[in-house]
Amino acid sequence: MRKTLETELLVIGGGAAGLCAAAEAAGAGVKTTVIESDLHPGGQLVKQTHKFFGSKDEYAGTRGYKISDILLDEIKGLGDKVEIKTNTTVTAYYPEEGIYTAMKGEDEYYRIKAKKTIVATGAQERLIPFPNNDLPGVYGAGAVQTLMNVYGVVPGKKVVMVGAGNIGLIVSYQLTQAGVEVAAVVEAMPRVGGYWVHAAKIRRLGIPILLQHTITEALGDQTITGAVIQPLNDKFERVGEPQKIDCDVICMAVGLTPTTELFWQAGCKMLFVPQLCGHVPFRDNTMRTSNPDIWVAGDASGIEEASAAMVEGRIAGFSAAKALGKNMEQTKFDEYWKRLEHLRAGEVGEKIRGGICQVLSAGWEA
Amino acid sequence: MSEKVNIICRCEEIQIEEIRHWINKGYTNLEELKRILRITMGPCQGRGCRDIILREISMATGKPISELNTGVIRPPVKPIKFSLLAEDN
Repeated sequence: MRKTLETELLVIGGGAAGLCAAAEAAGAGVKTTVIESDLHPGGQLVKQTHKFFGSKDEYAGTRGYKISDILLDEIKGLGDKVEIKTNTTVTAYYPEEGIYTAMKGEDEYYRIKAKKTIVATGAQERLIPFPNNDLPGVYGAGAVQTLMNVYGVVPGKKVVMVGAGNIGLIVSYQLTQAGVEVAAVVEAMPRVGGYWVHAAKIRRLGIPILLQHTITEALGDQTITGAVIQPLNDKFERVGEPQKIDCDVICMAVGLTPTTELFWQAGCKMLFVPQLCGHVPFRDNTMRTSNPDIWVAGDASGIEEASAAMVEGRIAGFSAAKALGKNMEQTKFDEYWKRLEHLRAGEVGEKIRGGICQVLSAGWEA
Repeated sequence: MSEKVNIICRCEEIQIEEIRHWINKGYTNLEELKRILRITMGPCQGRGCRDIILREISMATGKPISELNTGVIRPPVKPIKFSLLAEDN
């Protein structure tokens, strides 16, 4: 019989949300196993060399990779309550038997049986179609961040960045910090999607942000030698003169979409919500999905900031611990929700609030 | 300069023209396109292409993505060697 790992709480994904969920649940005494597909825990946090915004409770003013260290220290302090398995992917959920399968590297394959599960699988990068998009030199912005900020490798000499959301702006700045030239940031929308301070930072460096522009083609034979961009009108139709920009890297920062395979396999009730950037599971205010044994936290529940992912992780961890019979202080739960509401307040949070209200269930029938 | 290609499904090397060709022929369901073109059946299991293809179907049919069939998402989420599956049991 194949080896079966048994645990009280399985946390799938060791990023911002997953680590917070594990810390919260294990802090209440739950035996927790975190499965992380990367070689090290921390998820996107480890690539973030900039200081976070948001709120003091979610480490505003601290650089992302240091937040990851803080969370890992908290988990370390919980002793053997948390086991983190890296380089391991949860490959499937079989609801008939309530069994997960996991693969370490490519050479170890086993089952996992858990009483409760928190799925914090994060997101994947979106791409947009354009001719020659298969040439070496077309990167996702997350890949560029991993190369530079985790492994210390620059992707090339001169970059055209596609997308002026926070990721496009931050990665553009980090590229220049690494000595890479950013020829331009191209954005299809008539406005910058990211925070103004990030945009101002790269404008001060003289990098043009070309609004209402799109990439129409990559140039090159074996590798990229340039990008063709073109102005768009209000209906996103290509209207102006195409323009050629020399570059050896085209970096795509056109958004993320939640990673949701396991929810589908578990039969969770799902909905496509444009504001949350893809299909996401319905959840109640404890982050429990329509499957009573499965919670969701972080970008897998809808694309948002890391700060919100961390609080959602706390809420899911708290609620899973409670469902496992641990005595939990309700005031803590209320406090987490207050923090979430604070992070989602005002004009900045309008989109996310509009998305969440479509998938927030008042409660599941027992 | 080599021929320009606009690849949507990188695992199976399916270009956008090919996807649009079949959508225009009436194959406006992801499951149908999957059976003809093998899209979403490669190593990435649709992580890269599903979104783009649903968008194409949505644009061609005028139906919002929320009303489209997303296809059945089965295990495993990433390739597993047969030797691994075969051992022990």
